[in-house]
Amino acid sequence: MSQERTYMAPVSRLYGFLLIFLLCSIALVARAVNLQIVDTEFLQDQGEARYLREVVVPTRRGNILDRNGEPLAVSTPVDSVWVNPKVLLQSPGDIEPLANVLGVDADEIERRLTQRSTREFVWLRRRLHPDVAAQIESLKLHGVFLQKEYRRFYPAGEVTSHVIGFTNIDDIGQEGLELAYNDWLQGKPGLKRIIRDRRGRTIEHVEMVKESVPGHDLSLTIDRRLQYLAYRELKRTVLKHGARSGSVVLLDVKSGEVLAMVNQPSYNPNHSDMDSEGLRNRAITDVFEPGSVMKPFAVASALETGRWTPTTPIDTTPGTINVSGHTISDHRNYGPIDVTRLITKSSNVAATKIALDLEPEHMWNTYDRFGFGDVTGTGFPGESAGVLRNHRRWRRVEQATLAYGYGISVTVLQLAEAFAALADEGRLRRPSLVMGATNPPASVLDPTIARQVAAMLETVTGPEGTGKNARVENYRVSGKTGTSRKASASGYASRYIASFAGFVPSSDPELVGVVMINDPSGGQYYGGLVAAPLFSTVMTGALRLLDIPPDNYEGMIVKAAGVSPGGGQ
Amino acid sequence: MNARLIVILIALAAVICSTLGVVYARHESRRAAVQLGLLEDQRDEIIAEWSRLQLEQAWLADASHVESKAREHLGMEIPEQALILVVEKP
Repeated sequence: MSQERTYMAPVSRLYGFLLIFLLCSIALVARAVNLQIVDTEFLQDQGEARYLREVVVPTRRGNILDRNGEPLAVSTPVDSVWVNPKVLLQSPGDIEPLANVLGVDADEIERRLTQRSTREFVWLRRRLHPDVAAQIESLKLHGVFLQKEYRRFYPAGEVTSHVIGFTNIDDIGQEGLELAYNDWLQGKPGLKRIIRDRRGRTIEHVEMVKESVPGHDLSLTIDRRLQYLAYRELKRTVLKHGARSGSVVLLDVKSGEVLAMVNQPSYNPNHSDMDSEGLRNRAITDVFEPGSVMKPFAVASALETGRWTPTTPIDTTPGTINVSGHTISDHRNYGPIDVTRLITKSSNVAATKIALDLEPEHMWNTYDRFGFGDVTGTGFPGESAGVLRNHRRWRRVEQATLAYGYGISVTVLQLAEAFAALADEGRLRRPSLVMGATNPPASVLDPTIARQVAAMLETVTGPEGTGKNARVENYRVSGKTGTSRKASASGYASRYIASFAGFVPSSDPELVGVVMINDPSGGQYYGGLVAAPLFSTVMTGALRLLDIPPDNYEGMIVKAAGVSPGGGQ
Repeated sequence: MNARLIVILIALAAVICSTLGVVYARHESRRAAVQLGLLEDQRDEIIAEWSRLQLEQAWLADASHVESKAREHLGMEIPEQALILVVEKP
């Protein structure tokens, strides 16, 4: 009996369940028919209400810092506003308050949105002022959204703009180191999957598809204090002499690091209205005929032959010399002088006589070793190599002019690199703009000859030299003035480039500086009058800021007896 | 029979437990997601604040700014030659 019951019960139960399932499926089908055919809007609304979206997680671009960690470029989050035209156009009354907050014409916005009415995403305004963003947020309009983005600020503005460059609206480097190190600075934006409701609010964070990686910081060799100083003084000089442009470069002799690099004209990278004239980092991208600042390298080449010494006599009478029909002349007739005085007085005639005694290949080789005609290797966008023609194509007069800096084109940075090698006993280092670069020195000149040339350069700021204005109180200064006429389509015009290149302190050089002032129109154009004073003011400040001890102190010197090292006062 | 009932009851209990577990885990994950969102906002806020402070500090520490303060407000100047003593290291 119990067997019969256990056999019967499942059958009746089976029918019972079948009936329930049947009723259920009828109900489901009825509902489905209802939804698909009768009440179609309901499903559509529900579908739109919840949707799975992948959104980009913005990431921060790395900061750019100076050698002491001071910020030179900083990214800070700001809001940008975008709209979904499909939604916003359904309630046209919302456009008016939105336009008021943004300070634009409502009709203008409406026209723009109508043109793009099929799209779901239209930027209205990028990088809003925080107050405007807060106002938009408080309006709580449908179809209007704020998106976090990063904006780049450059606290030093026009002072560092040439070195650093700038980014475009999408945070991609366009100029300068922002461009050169874009991959390093730029982070990788992440991706997250979320569920949003129809108002665009995030309902649920489903998963992180890709973690965002912030960009790396970049430390420069630039010292912001020196950069400010050099920029201020350069601007003052360029204004005073009505010059067309100018550059100053300061290098650390012992490491080849660029401490300051400034140009005029400049621009403010925080504003988008930029004049293309001011964009170039002239110290790296523009070349010029250096003039007399090249003489030390011609002399170095002569000393290398062994036929010339610092005291070898040269007769410059009558102050002019004729080479292949061209007349090369001095400022005045210096009469019989020696090689050291050639540098002190900047004699073109003596330089010509030396150059014509040299093998073209040897002279070319000396210039080449100092890096002329070669890129300086900073990796800076638009870096120029300058022009140094191969010695096989030199004519005789060309060889003569090369000795006093014509027929060769250099950048300000190349000149600084070469002078740093003269200052550091013939050790040439590639200049670097970014910290951590290893630039092992290459020996390009015999240390004895380098010291001899450096000693000649010190006479330039001496009582009879052309560069007295480059003197720095309490320090010994070595350098060379340069004044070159600018080449134009019709030969050499009566426009000039004034320059000064030098290093301090002479007893143990730490800093090398090159000043170049292009086309001064105020009547003065000699390197010794226009460029040398600028060199002096910049170096005076730089030596003080960097705590470099004086080597030519005439005041009182006291011995600090019994002061423990590191103990102040 | 008894044994089967016990198994079914245990299974039922397990189902209920796991259901509650799922509900709890789901709730926990939402709570954590909200928490994450808040913390992320907080982090972004702090980073934003930090970058603003950096900018402000850069402006205040600007050499020309400091120099004008020192000269105009504090009446400082670079000492004359005669007033400078150079101290040599022993």
